[in-house]
Amino acid sequence: MKSEQSALQVRGLTKRFDRLAVDALDLTVRRGEFYALVGPNGAGKTTTLRMVAGLLRPDAGSVAIFGIDALGEPVAAKQMMAWVSDEPMIYDKLTPLEYLEFVAGLWGVDPQVAHQSARDLLVSLGLEPHLGERCEGFSKGMRQKVALAGALVHDPSLIILDEPLTGLDAVSARHVKGLLSDRVRAGSTVIMTTHILEVAERMADRIGVIAAGRLVAEGTLAELRQQNGRSDTSLEDLFIALVDVEAAA
Amino acid sequence: MSSDAALTWFARHELRLAWREWLAMMTGGRRRRKRAVAIGLIVFAAFMHIPAWAVIGRFADLRLPLDKSSLIVITASIFLAWALMLSQAIESVTRVFYARADLDLIMSSPVKLSNVFSIRIAAIALSITAMALLLSTPFVDVLVIVGGVRWLSAFGVVIAIGLSAAAVAIAATIVLFRLIGPARTRLVAQILAAIIGAGFVIALQVAAILSYGTLSRFAVLTSDAAAAIAPGIDSIVWWPARAALGDGEALLLLLSFGLILLGVVMAMFAASFADTAGSASVHAGSGRQGIRAKAFRGGSRQQALRRKEFILLRRDPWLISQTLMQLLYLVPPALLLWRSFADSSTAIVLITPVIVMAAGQLAGGLAWLTISGEDAADLVATAPLRPARVIRAKIEVVLIAIGVLFAPLVLALAFASPSQAAVTASGVIIGAVSATSIQLWFRVQAKRSQFRRRQTSSRLATFAEAFSSIGWAATAALALVIPTAAIVSGVMTAGLLAATWKLSPRR
Repeated sequence: MKSEQSALQVRGLTKRFDRLAVDALDLTVRRGEFYALVGPNGAGKTTTLRMVAGLLRPDAGSVAIFGIDALGEPVAAKQMMAWVSDEPMIYDKLTPLEYLEFVAGLWGVDPQVAHQSARDLLVSLGLEPHLGERCEGFSKGMRQKVALAGALVHDPSLIILDEPLTGLDAVSARHVKGLLSDRVRAGSTVIMTTHILEVAERMADRIGVIAAGRLVAEGTLAELRQQNGRSDTSLEDLFIALVDVEAAA
Repeated sequence: MSSDAALTWFARHELRLAWREWLAMMTGGRRRRKRAVAIGLIVFAAFMHIPAWAVIGRFADLRLPLDKSSLIVITASIFLAWALMLSQAIESVTRVFYARADLDLIMSSPVKLSNVFSIRIAAIALSITAMALLLSTPFVDVLVIVGGVRWLSAFGVVIAIGLSAAAVAIAATIVLFRLIGPARTRLVAQILAAIIGAGFVIALQVAAILSYGTLSRFAVLTSDAAAAIAPGIDSIVWWPARAALGDGEALLLLLSFGLILLGVVMAMFAASFADTAGSASVHAGSGRQGIRAKAFRGGSRQQALRRKEFILLRRDPWLISQTLMQLLYLVPPALLLWRSFADSSTAIVLITPVIVMAAGQLAGGLAWLTISGEDAADLVATAPLRPARVIRAKIEVVLIAIGVLFAPLVLALAFASPSQAAVTASGVIIGAVSATSIQLWFRVQAKRSQFRRRQTSSRLATFAEAFSSIGWAATAALALVIPTAAIVSGVMTAGLLAATWKLSPRR
């Protein structure tokens, strides 16, 4: 697949800390796809995505965002994507609207467009009663919603989320999942790590299983079942089987 | 476990936490630094005996009975120490209230909360008193070595005023909670701490300037006017001074007073301490409604960054209290400036180093908050903006803020002496740029809330920042009176900066 056709193309991505965290990883995510990256703790999911988002410099390999070399032209690549981590990145002393104004300013979004978009996003995430409050008193879930609204306010083509549902209640999680599905339907690409396999199973177009810094399996749920010769098994069983095989190897 | 045993266990737990917090503050959380910190502290304590001797060595021969003038000076010094302890205590109590930490665990445990929080109150008092003892040791040592063992009773005075300062701080903070609520108490308490800490010295200086045209607070304390309005020799007011000089009866009464005050505060507030702390941690900062939803503003990406930084600085309680304190320290020299218009006093020169020093110190704090204290580091790092531009925008914020704060002072100075204003402006710019550069070279990724511990991340940066501010303040002052000496001082300070850069991790 040509890199221009893919939202993300990663080749030979490698990162070593005190041990090898990501081991010559190849990964391709198509445009308009909802891609879930699953794997056990310490498998290298977050490190991979942090390198893609430009937060970590890889030791080796390449990252292309919509055909743009993210290591050579980081500003152009960052313009097209958004990053949401499991720890909400917001400012306690700003209100949600002020935070979104700041994010929109950083991405150079037209102020009028950004204002309307920010309001719509915050309302859709159930934060309307808190628009004028500073974030310092917000719960973890509310903070995560503000961070997510910040990621979406500049209408990114590629949205990268690291465990975005952590700490959210059922209603909030459904809000977030709905919002992400809407974005994919509108043409955006979503890459998400999650430990909630049910979410990956229900939402993702394709699932990548990562273990020990390498992609050990990839495909739709049906393809994963076929690859493993288990026609009616759940993703959880598949995941455990794949990870066990990798650990034994 | 019996109730008594549980309380003893909890007291040990509190003391261990206090000790580890202090140790972490001193070592920056690095275990390997313990030995270095211990050696550093011993050397520092030994070194402190020199300035202590210079400051109070001459008072070591004082004996009871004292004349009123000496009693006033000693009592005022003790009151100053008490005010500083009170300031520190208010800060500590506020911190305990707003840190959720183990509150949930304690409140859900099957122990009597009033007893547990009595111990916590006692632990606060103990840690404040221990710190005061540590800081006062060089001074008392000098008095004991030069004047005799009777001065050992000064340690008792330090304990007594430490206990009473902690008691007053706890009571005042809880009363503030009830009066203005948890949302505002944090800011008000920090401002109060700053004003109390600096207020007494400044008030004495202001009185000295207005009465005698000098910055020396001793001018007021040793004046006939002060002696005339002071109470008689037998008054209770002189107990602390008499206790410090070895009057056993006065010391016993003072210690009893401190303990009783702390006991009363424990009895009155321990039961409600849990509710207060609980509501503080839950409501910290919430309920700030009414901020109008304005239309988003346009501009460049750097403008967006600068705007954000200015909003955050404006809403930073620490910064507000520190700025207020810096401005308070500028009141006496400003007053001196105003008086100097009339009598063309040479004392006006003193204003320049004070302003330069304040600018350097404030710029260092601001630079840490904007450059290192980035709460959404990932967000800024993933924004389509080159890192150099991010740093540039943040540096601009620091320099603009310093400009806005200090331009009126320099402008006022220009009316009295244009050349001095030019020197002062240069000093402010160089001092601010130096402090900002040091913070830039030693930048680390941190949360703004970690500001209190910023000194521990790099002792070198802390000392370099302080010496750079002092160096440029001295250079500016010398430039006005002995220009040749200013060149030497300037070269030395620039050399210090160069050495700091050479040792910095960003080189």
